[in-house]
Formats: sequence, structure tokens, C-alpha cells
Amino acid sequence: MLHLTIDGVSINVPAGTTVLEAARGMGEYVPTLCWHPNLTPANACRACVVEIEGSRALVSSCSRQAEDGMVVKTKTERVHNARQVIAELLTSTNNTASAGDLQELVSHTAANTLRFAGGETWEQPLRDDNNLFVRNYDACILCYRCVEACGVDVQNTFAIAVAGRGFDAHIDTGFDRPLPESDCVFCGNCVEVCPTGALLDKKEYELRQSGRWEEQDITTTRTTCSYCGVGCELELHVMDNQVVKVTSPEDNPITHGMLCVKGRYGYEYVQVHEDITEPAP
Amino acid sequence: MGLTTVFGAGGGTIAYEDFHKTDFILLVGANVAEAHPIIFHHVMKGVRRGAELVVVDPRKNLTTRRAHEHLALRVGSDIALLNAMAHVIIRDGLQRRDFIGRATTGFDVYRKSVADWTPARAEAITGIPADRIESVAHRFAEADGAIIGWTLGITEHHNAVNNVYALVNLALLTGNVGRPGTGLSPFRGQNNVQGGGDMGALPNRLPGYQDLTDSEVRRKFEQAWGVSIDPLPGLDQSQMFEAMGRKDLTGLYVIGENPIQSEANSNHIKRLFQDLEALVVQDIFLTPTAEIADVVLPARVSFAESEGTFVNSERRVQRVRAARQAPGEAQDDIWIITALARAMGHPWTFLSAAEVFDEMRLLAPNFRGMSYERLDREGGLQWPCPADGHPGSVRLHERLWQDSPGRPAPFMPVDWEPVAEQPTAEFPFTLTTGRRLAFFNTGVQTQHYPHPDQTGERLDINPADAANLHVIEGQAVRVRSQRGSVTVPIHLTDSVNPGTVFLSFHFSDDVPTNVLALDATDPVAGTAEFKAAAVAIEIETA
Amino acid sequence: MIYRLFPNPELELATAPASRERLVERGFERAYENAQEIGSDTVIQHIQAIRLGGRGGAAFPTARKWLSVKNEAESIKYVVMNADESEPGTFKDRELLLRDPLGPLTGLLIAASAVGAQQAYVYVRGEYRDVEIRIQEAITVLAEAGWIGPGKVSIDVRRGAGAYIAGEETALFNSIEGYRPEPRVKPPYPTAQGLFHKPTLIQNVETLANIALLFAHDVDWFRAVGTDATPGTKLVALSGHVANPGVYEVPFGIELGALIGDGQYGGGTGTGRPLKAVLMGGAAGTFITPQEAFEARLDYPDLAKFGAGVGSGAIMLFDSTADLGRILTGLARFFADESCGQCVPCRIGTKRILELLETQRLWDRRADLKDLATAMTDASICGLGQTAANALVSAMNRPSLWNEPAAL
Repeated sequence: MLHLTIDGVSINVPAGTTVLEAARGMGEYVPTLCWHPNLTPANACRACVVEIEGSRALVSSCSRQAEDGMVVKTKTERVHNARQVIAELLTSTNNTASAGDLQELVSHTAANTLRFAGGETWEQPLRDDNNLFVRNYDACILCYRCVEACGVDVQNTFAIAVAGRGFDAHIDTGFDRPLPESDCVFCGNCVEVCPTGALLDKKEYELRQSGRWEEQDITTTRTTCSYCGVGCELELHVMDNQVVKVTSPEDNPITHGMLCVKGRYGYEYVQVHEDITEPAP
Repeated sequence: MGLTTVFGAGGGTIAYEDFHKTDFILLVGANVAEAHPIIFHHVMKGVRRGAELVVVDPRKNLTTRRAHEHLALRVGSDIALLNAMAHVIIRDGLQRRDFIGRATTGFDVYRKSVADWTPARAEAITGIPADRIESVAHRFAEADGAIIGWTLGITEHHNAVNNVYALVNLALLTGNVGRPGTGLSPFRGQNNVQGGGDMGALPNRLPGYQDLTDSEVRRKFEQAWGVSIDPLPGLDQSQMFEAMGRKDLTGLYVIGENPIQSEANSNHIKRLFQDLEALVVQDIFLTPTAEIADVVLPARVSFAESEGTFVNSERRVQRVRAARQAPGEAQDDIWIITALARAMGHPWTFLSAAEVFDEMRLLAPNFRGMSYERLDREGGLQWPCPADGHPGSVRLHERLWQDSPGRPAPFMPVDWEPVAEQPTAEFPFTLTTGRRLAFFNTGVQTQHYPHPDQTGERLDINPADAANLHVIEGQAVRVRSQRGSVTVPIHLTDSVNPGTVFLSFHFSDDVPTNVLALDATDPVAGTAEFKAAAVAIEIETA
Repeated sequence: MIYRLFPNPELELATAPASRERLVERGFERAYENAQEIGSDTVIQHIQAIRLGGRGGAAFPTARKWLSVKNEAESIKYVVMNADESEPGTFKDRELLLRDPLGPLTGLLIAASAVGAQQAYVYVRGEYRDVEIRIQEAITVLAEAGWIGPGKVSIDVRRGAGAYIAGEETALFNSIEGYRPEPRVKPPYPTAQGLFHKPTLIQNVETLANIALLFAHDVDWFRAVGTDATPGTKLVALSGHVANPGVYEVPFGIELGALIGDGQYGGGTGTGRPLKAVLMGGAAGTFITPQEAFEARLDYPDLAKFGAGVGSGAIMLFDSTADLGRILTGLARFFADESCGQCVPCRIGTKRILELLETQRLWDRRADLKDLATAMTDASICGLGQTAANALVSAMNRPSLWNEPAAL
């Protein structure tokens, strides 16, 4: 066990625990935007920074392992300022309408979303190049989750990467090709991990656009995929007796929330089998 | 089938998490990146942690792209390769002697059987250079732990069981079974293939792999069910087709299958089905098989409209639950079967899925400790799980590493034989078949969703072959075997070697690939040789 | 003038920069053999004794780095020479490598043997094509001398592709490995997990040249110039409004006023107009006033009094006509262009600073700017974002540089 102090409170945690886990474990509010439990920490959003005695700069708690004797502060003025400015910079750049975690950061830090607004933004046309999911990059906060899910952490497909630099850094399919011309296999694991709604299933997108997506009318049922013999646990999201979305639980030991194209999107047959509904002949 | 003979149970010996702990992954005839994508995630986690990945497959595909080494052997030459690897391992003294001595039988016979399988001889058959065979054999044998995975590239051959034996032999030779990060793993092609076998959907087995020919076993089931059980094994699928041909079998009840499109030599199968006196099909779709049925019973979608369990490729029993109302009069499979029984004069009452499961686990010790309540709470359990408090079994055959390992695992020496249908002057190409990532089997399920590749079937052909035939990308050709022909546009790709062409059967309504496939079957398992048929490619003249 | 890192003019005329003769004349052959002979522990003790700090800008104690890498148990280790010099006003490594490439390379080989590395890399700025050719020539000389080759350390040269951020040590590793040059989070530090995630010693060109000099001579010789705190010399690059722009080798402790004004160095603004401001340490450095400049000496403790540092040794002078707003806008544009885009504070922060400067809202937004600059310094992943606002903040904190009454 390691012994450390967080906000003046002594705690013991097992070796290998991150500072984030330790702080959250004792109930501290530590916001994260890019961190995801099943992906390598990207350290990109910096919302989870804390003060650690002996470190000149603030430290991203999501990737920092706890050390014996560490003294951590999560509530200092510096920490607050960094988080608030991060929220303000992102809201000055992106459409945050569907970014729940970011909205929470804004309200928690009392960020002034207009403070750095007025400059260049990421407003751009919707990329709607296939019928399985859409890409709405004006909501993208460049958290790297999709890149990691498409790459070494999950899929090993490498259809997307970050291209460009500075404010122009962005997720790219390679010369901005339409997805069907890229290496994409449409597993939708990028959609699964996207924290802002920049990536959205086409069906959900269309239902939302037409005002028919009613969260409270959706029931979610856990079951097992009907395709190959891997045995992926599915969550079927059903609205008006129609499957409108398929996901997998993040904590499932087989899928870790990740599915293949058939499991995630190949569900339409469930609701078109009305062609035999009564015994024949 | 092969695993049952050697180990007494037909389940993969590993859990997926073993891929994270292994040093060497040998995939044979398994394009997991496309056919089992989530297993591929686990494979690649292992690779990222330092495991070596070697893939044996005639084609380049998304799996071979990520492999450290791809052995693109000739279709059907697997045993030659595997025996030559064993030859090298034994010749160089790399076998695991303590394990062989304690936990196996028949090593001497096996050793003699591979004595002639020099890498040079295997090179001539497989097309893999001898030095690469030597090198892979060394790396495999010297790894602390290795996992061998396979799918239909091994089992959809006329000598399927021998192929499996050859793999099992390699694992026994190197002690790669029953330890963390080691094992043998057949990846099941359909959601509940494992569960079907587990529940006795095999001619010679009762639920839980219990031996039908064992009178003790039979007595237990007879007492429970109140009927006498025929001690003679029933027919496997290919025997059924033969019996239909002889008119010995004239009535068939098909549940959730589309054999007219999914079976090899499907024109022949269709004639057999048309000649039946009674064909009952229970399905969610009016499939081509249902279309010629005498009675069609509308079923509910297994995983979305009814309750039950599936068993996956790591022997995990998992719940399926109804998420939506079934349309019209579609009914649950148990409802239909019990109603049929009542119609036939048997007083079967309708049971819930949980009640059926509880009856099953009373009779099948492997599942006895699993209740629906536990499955719900624990998110699935891996068999064997013989008692209430038992945590389930992450991997099988750990007993082989104990001082008294129990029943030893026998080596099963096998010899290579060529594919049943070799290329001839008239049929110069070898057609091999398989899956594409976005689609599934005959396409009944996957034809309905708007995938960008929903553009129909194509014949994958090497550009050199295409040049010789004077055909260009997208041009329609007729592919003809001794059993039938299909018309399909071609796609030039170096994923297949010259002489080999590839088709899936996902667009069977337009391109009924299986009319070409060979129904030569394995004498033990009854599986057909989908993976190799001799075909001619002819230019369509307008 | 002093000639230590730079060969003296006679030698420069007499021998080619990349030649066996130069290797001998400069004492690098002796240095190499000497270092082999005394063994790695003594080598590191000597480096400790001269208090050598990294000359790339961060001034981290060199001996500590060497010891860390040496003590790692891994069998595979790397040493890297960082020659990705790309900051405005910084051009001393280019000059050093062109004039005397064998010094830094000798230092690199001494480093490799001291820490136990078999593979060395030189990462050179892509635009420095002439420098890269000179390095290759020098490597050939070393191969002929039998210092590198089969069974010995090998040196590979890798060329940057136009990104300033690739000079950040962990971004540089990513670049060599074939990835985007994005900095990695630290820890783990390069000494434990650097290039290809193996223990790695990475040093600036000038630092390695100092190593070669140290072992060509001895500790006392080395300490004969400079200050107690910082023995030795520094290459400084003078640019801007300066009569004699260029790279000069000067002892630590030299008066800044002399460096700027003396005829043998800068020689004044050269415009006939008075000096208005000095940017110490490059684009991420600190603006100081002429008064501060004339009080200061070139040394870390001394400059710290003014909130400044030696940095890479870049010193930019601005005379009374200089438009500070425009200069700061140029610096802001540099950082906005060169941010890799990985972390939010730097990716968006550098852009917003540039926009505020471009629209001349510096002073009415000073409170917001202060918060933004603080957040960037505190929360950015790497030194680029952490220091991108330094020059701006230092300028705003010096009212006399502006006709503005209030400080930030």
C-alpha cells in the first residue's frame, strides 16, 4: 500500500492506483473530458490537473500513478483557474450542446463561456458520408478517444489520426476522404467513446434532428449478440418497440464496451421480420 | 469433435483474457479480425503486451495485416505444415518432456508419424519455404506460453477432425494447454454453436457432452424424462442428407436455419428438400428454405424477443433477454415446441426458459451451479460450474499439470491428404469461401442494414490470373464447378494467390456461392469441404 | 573573444571541420580515449565537478541525467543528440555543427559508453541540410577512426520535417519512432522510458561539445573560465537591432552590457538609435529593459533576479523604433503555428492570445490574459505551452517598455 495525502486527508491506496482514482475514491470532484476507463490516458484535455508538491506545473491526475508520500491538492486557486480556462477555451471553440461532461465542467467551475469567445471556431459542415454514423466535428474537443479506439487500444484499424497542428489539429481520415473510401470498418467504437456527440449514430442523429428522440421513452435491455460465437453482451435501446441503438456495457469483460459493425449496426433485421407473423400455410 | 475425443469435452480450453497473458498466438484458418472482431481485440491486446502473432491462412486479410508473420499456405495443406512443425520440434528436442510423460499417451507413435515430415517435404505441399517453417516451429516451441486458435479454415474441410488433431498434437507436444496464457481455442462461427453442442445437439451426446452410449447416462435421462432413449447415435447432418437421398428420411423440422443456401452443393440440397414429404420451418424470415416448406412457424428473434441463454467460444453461458414485442403471432421457440408436443398428444406444459434451464442443469453436471439468478448477477459463467458456489472455470484441463493428472490426453497422429477436389484442366482454380467483416452467413440478417459495402458479392482473384483471363475489375464472369455455376463480378486483389479465388456466401440471393461448394464431408464430424472446390472461370458473353 | 567550443581561427583555417586532423588537433581523440580509460563512474564525477547544465535551455544538471540512465537495468539504451534547433533567434547549434561537428559527436560517443548505449541518434532540423551533410562527413571520419561500426556504437541521423515541437525531447522520440511529434506526459522521464520506451539520454549539441572539451582537457581547465555557479562558456546568438549579429562564445558571468555594446561582440544597436528592449533566451524567453540589461551578467542566478534566464543563449535586441505589439504578435503567431495541438491550453490558448494581439486588445483584456497565461503555464503538457506566454507576460510587466502605466 502507498500512503499519500490528498487535500490534507491521509489515505492508503494499492500500488498502480492513479492520482485520479485515489482522489475520486475519496469523493473529490476531479473532472475529466478525454480520460476513458478502457483507453490509454491521452492527457489532452488537462481538466483533471491537480497540484502535487514538488512539481512546478500542475499534473494530469488521470495518468499519474500515486507515489508513497505524495501530497496532492485538488482545490487550489491554480487548479480552479486552469479548469475554468480550459472550459472557457473549449466553449469558445466548439459547439457544446451535446457535450455533457464539458457542460458539467462549465457549471462546476462557473466558467464564463463568453470570455474567450468571438475568435475562430471549429464550425464546419456535418460530415454525412455513410448511413451508419455522422461526424459533426464542430463538437469535437480533440480528446483522442476515437483515435485510440480505432488504433492500438481496441480496433487496430487505424482509419483515423490527428492531422494538422495547433488550432488546426483535427481528426482526419487521410486527406479528409469520405469514410467509405478510408480504412474504416464501421465498428462504431469511435462513436461509443466520443464524449461530445461529435460522432453520432445516423439513426440517433436523424431521430434527434426530427425531434423524435425521447430519452425517457427508451428502454434498455441487456442481452447477447446473435452473430458470431464471441458472445458480446449488448444493450438494446428500444423506443416504440423499435431498436434504435445498440451499445455494450463499458465494464463487460468480453467487450469492454466495444463491438463490431454487425453487433452495433446490424440490428435492422430484428424489426423487418414482420414478413412472417402468422403460421403458414 | 476433435477436442472431445482428446480431452473429453468439446470446448475451447482458454478464456479470452488468456490472450493478454500469452507469448505466442498461432491462428490457423481464422480471420478473426473479420469473423470474430472482438476476439481480435483480445488478440491484439496480447500483441501490444509483447506476444508474437503468426497467422496461417491462404489469403491476406485484416488479420494477416496485423501479424508478425503470415504463412500463406496452399488451401488444404494445413496438416503438412503442422506435422512439419512437430517434426522440427521433436528433431531439435524442444518438446515438453515432463508434460508429455505425465499427461499424454501415444507420443512414440506420434513421433514416428511425423518423422518423415521434413520441412522440405512440407514446403513442396504448402508452398511455405522450409526455413520459415523451421523458424516458426522454433519460436512456437520456445515461447513460454502459446495459444492456438482456429475457425472454419480448419473445420470446413473433408478432413476437418484430422486438422483439429494436428493442432491439438502441437499443443500437447509443447505443453501448451491447461496453463494461463496457453490453450486451444476454436472460435465458434455462430452465437450458439457452442451451446448447441453443449446441449447435446450431436448425434452421440446428451446434454453436457454426456455419452449417449453409456447406459448409466441414459438411465439418468430416462428417469428424468420418463421415456426410453435409443442407445444408437442418430444421424449427423450429412447423414441426414444422404438418408433424404435414399428416401429413408422424409420429414424434416428445421429451426432457424437456411440450408438451401447455407449448405454445400446447395442445388442438390434444394432438390432433396423439395422431395421431402413434410418440411416444417420455424424461422423469423421467409427464407428460401421456408418458401418451399409445407408449414412455416413464425418464431421470435432469439436475442431480442425471447428469453434464454447462449454459450460463447470461451464456454461462457450468457443470458439473452427480450427487449421488444414480437410481431403478430410469432412465438417463442419453447412455446412452439411444447405446443407441437401437445398437438402430438403429449401433455407438455409451457415452461419458461429458466425452468427449462433448471431441468437441464439437474441432468448436466457441467452446468449444475448455474442459475438464472447467478447468470444475471455475475454476467455469465464459464462451464464447468458443477456446484452453487463454484466460480466457473476460466480454463480447462488445468488438471494435466497436477501430479495426478487423471485421464491422459492421447496424441492423435494424422496424415496429410490433398483436398478432395483438386484443380484440373477443366476446373483450374481452387475456390475457397469465407466471411467478410460486415456480413453474416447467407445474408438473411445482414442484408437489411445500410452498410456502405452493401454492394453485392465479388469474386476475389489475383491480378495475374485476371490478366491471363483478360478480365478487368468489375467484369462479370461465370464461375462453374462440377455442381453448378454462379455469375459474379470480379475484384482484382493480391489477397489471394494465383490459382486461388475467393467468394463469400453473404449475398446468396444473387450469388448462391454454395451451389459451387463441394459436399465431400468429414467421416467423423460430417462437415463439408466449403474451403476448397475446383472451379472454372468463364467470361460472360453478352 | 574566447575559443573553446569554437576552434580558434588558425585551426579553423588549417584543418577541415570534418577531418581526422581536426579530431586530433582539437584533442577529441584524447578525450574519447581518456573517457574510455577512466570509466563511466569517473566520467560522471567529472561532469558533476564542472556543474555542467544542459545548454539547450532547461539547464538540467547533466551528471544527474547520465547517472539515471546509467543506473537503469535495461540492456537496451539510447543516446540522442538534439540538433533540432528551430526557435526564432536561436542559431548557435547550427554554427557549432558547421564549424566543429566532431566535438558534439565525440561527446555523444562518450555519453553512449558512459551510460551503456549501443545506438546513438542525431536528430537534426530538416531545414539544416548543410548541417546534416557536415554531420554525415564527421560520422565518416569517426568510422574511419574506428570509433563506430560493427560491434561498436552506431550513429544514425534523423531529419526533422518542419515542426518546432519536434525539438521537445519526448516529441523528438515520437518523431524518430515514426509517430506525430507530440510530447509525452512525464513521468516517465526519458532517462527511464525514452526512445522506443527504453532508457535514453538526450542532450543538446552544445552540451555534448562541452563534454568533449572537458575530457580533452580536465576539470580545472574547464573551470578556469566562467563563474563558480556556472563554469565554462556559452554560445550566444545575437540578433535584431544589433551592429554585429552572430554567434559568440563568451564566458559565463560576462556583463550583458558588454555583450550587447562592446565592439568585439554586439557593438550596440547599430541603428544610431537607443536600445528599447532585450529579449533574453529566445521566443519563450523574457523581455528585459535596457536598465536591467546593463545591470545583469550572463549567468542563471544573476538573470533570475530579473525573472529571466540564459535559455538557449538567444539574445534579441530592439531599438526605440520597435513596435512591441507587433513583435509580440509575431512571437504569438510562432507559438500558435508551432503548437502541436495535443492539449487544450496550448492548442486553443496560443490561438486566443494571437487573436487578442492581432485585434490590439492586450490592455483591456489584461485580467483575462493573465488567467489564460497562468492556465497555459500551469496546465500545458510540455514546455512549449508552458512558456508560450512568457515573453508576453514579461513585456506587459515592464511598463517602461510601453507608454502604458500599469503592469499586468
